[in-house]
Amino acid sequence: MNTFKRLVATAALPLSLLLSGCGEQTPPNKAVYLLIDTSGTYTQELNKAQAILNYLLANLDSGDSIAVARIDSGSFSEKDIIAKTTFDMRPSTANDQKRQFKQAMDEFAATLKKGSANTDITGGVLQATQYLNETGAGHKYVFIFSDLEEDLPHDHIRDFPISLDNIHVVALNVTKLRSDNIDPRDYLNRLANWQHRVVEGGGDWRVINDLERMDKLIVAN
Amino acid sequence: MNDLLTLWSANNAVSAAIWLVLAMTLLYFGRSPAHRILLSTGQSLRHMLRMASRALSQQERQLGKRNREVLLAAARNDAERRIEREFTRIQTLVARDLSGYPALHRQISTAIDNVENGYRESGNSAPLPPAWGEVVNTMAALPSHGDPAVAKILSNIKDAVHDTHKETLKTWQASAGQRHKLLAKMQPEWRTLNGKMDEVARTIDNLDNRTHQLDQQMQHYEEVRRGEDAAVRSLTSSSLTQFFIAGLVLTIALLGGLINFQLIAMPMSEMVGGTSYIGGVKTSDIAALVIILIEIAMGLFLLESLRITRLFPVISSMDDQMRRRMVMISLSILCILAGIEASLAYMRDLLALDKEALQQSLSMAANASGVAASNAEFRWIPSIGQMVMGFILPFALAFIAIPLESFIHSLRTVLGLALVAVIRLAAIAARLLGNLAGDSATLMTHAYDLLIMLPLSIERLLSRQREPAPTVQFDDTQSTDELADAIPDVEEEEKRSRKSRSKNNSNSNSGDAAAAAA
Repeated sequence: MNTFKRLVATAALPLSLLLSGCGEQTPPNKAVYLLIDTSGTYTQELNKAQAILNYLLANLDSGDSIAVARIDSGSFSEKDIIAKTTFDMRPSTANDQKRQFKQAMDEFAATLKKGSANTDITGGVLQATQYLNETGAGHKYVFIFSDLEEDLPHDHIRDFPISLDNIHVVALNVTKLRSDNIDPRDYLNRLANWQHRVVEGGGDWRVINDLERMDKLIVAN
Repeated sequence: MNDLLTLWSANNAVSAAIWLVLAMTLLYFGRSPAHRILLSTGQSLRHMLRMASRALSQQERQLGKRNREVLLAAARNDAERRIEREFTRIQTLVARDLSGYPALHRQISTAIDNVENGYRESGNSAPLPPAWGEVVNTMAALPSHGDPAVAKILSNIKDAVHDTHKETLKTWQASAGQRHKLLAKMQPEWRTLNGKMDEVARTIDNLDNRTHQLDQQMQHYEEVRRGEDAAVRSLTSSSLTQFFIAGLVLTIALLGGLINFQLIAMPMSEMVGGTSYIGGVKTSDIAALVIILIEIAMGLFLLESLRITRLFPVISSMDDQMRRRMVMISLSILCILAGIEASLAYMRDLLALDKEALQQSLSMAANASGVAASNAEFRWIPSIGQMVMGFILPFALAFIAIPLESFIHSLRTVLGLALVAVIRLAAIAARLLGNLAGDSATLMTHAYDLLIMLPLSIERLLSRQREPAPTVQFDDTQSTDELADAIPDVEEEEKRSRKSRSKNNSNSNSGDAAAAAA
């Protein structure tokens, strides 16, 4: 059925060419930025982050971009980007790039021994928006693999609005802290606070805690 | 609304009754113009729709005529092609079988000469015993009467006659043997003659069959030329059959094209890239589609050059050498494209393998590699299958030209028939609507009268009282029929009163008009 649709779409090429001159079209490629929390005990969840990355690598195609960065005490930095790439237009080369990317992530997971002292999620999101806007992709995603508990160093300033126009922000595996169990409102407030910041910035907010439901994480081509 | 209802009285029923009476009075006084409006509107609608129906019917007839002409023209062309083909076959037959006729004729003549010579030679019989032999025999048979000399002479004569007879018999036997030998020599000549004559008979039979077929084609052609209804019906039915069969084959070909597209679209992205888009469609998809379309076009040219189809008159009217070149060129391009498709199909398999391996490494399933390893030894089967499909499908698609030609030719007839049916339906609908409008107008006048039946009844009662009732004189001498004729007809009475009413109305109207004019 999908092939038939494609064939029909191709057959309607002259019309689409005509219409393409009428308005600006959204590029069909995607850009994904995966933020991985490496603070405290969250390093133990790295295998889940690897599973998410594998899912993303399997679902991204030629022309799509991906970057993986870690969240540490000061995340608004290029140094925190573990690996980034834009897949080649040839599928075979893109497959090789995916293998290399996976290898880089595996090496990072193997070498990471100690978590960071603080958690600068906002800095990581800012870095992500910069990267995503530079790619010029049609669909932009920020995946935050964290408990969303921000713990900034005392001299860092992050309480300002973030511009997240046309960016889908998805919080993954938001684990409950010990304090959340005492008062669950803390957890809910944390989620509501991030949702407010993202929506206020022009973005789209989702939370996926069950990683079995990752099948609709990104739109298919 | 409530205020209006209670305008005349606080009691709703009373007020409604007053409204009803008022409405009835108004309707009664406006009866004639209302009837005229209703009837004239109905009539004009009826006339308009009937005119439209007539125009549509005329259009339908013209279209039917045109369809018939198109059908006959197509059938004429087809019949001419068939006759031409029959002539070509006869020409081939004559060129192949009757070209050796002079040599055959010589062989038959030689055989006949040989037979004739043999016959003539076999006719030369040995010389008969001399005529005096009988005299000697008679003399030898004479009685000797005891004379030894005479007896001896006669005995000698008898011996001589016997000797002569033996010699003559020997000569005769030798001659007969010679003739038998000659006749035996003639036997192969007869057989040769028989074989040659059979050969000629076969050729003539073939020619005769072809001629009969040609006669049938000519008869069909004559029927088509005369434009007989039976021929037109047969051609229409044939066109419909052709349309559906060609449509079915084209659908199958379309499915084949889809499979072909699926086979080469993915590997094409390896050649032209998978990230570029033209108007929202992947360039690789367009490239794959273009390749398929070029294959179909090459197939069209190939079959056109072979004169199997006749979609392009320019190609079919080319000289033979040019056509042969075109056949070679289109066939070569088709073969190259088939080779490209086969290689793309193989590349698709490689890409699929690569992707599968990547997926397995990403899924990190422990048993996945084991499954892949166990299946790896049979991986060459789908690879070969895809390559063969990639090579065969372009040639299969090339033959789409044949059903396409039938489809296009029959489409004209089918479209014409469908259009005629639509126009006919529209004409019938217009006529029905016209009648409905006319009848509805009459019905509405009756409904109008039904609304004001109370004042109408009063009017009728008053008019009856005003007019003296016709007296009927009964006479004993009158017959039953005469009595029946004397009874006034109620319908006639009503008609007469209606006429007088309408006359009064028209008079009053003309009076009003005159007053207004004054």
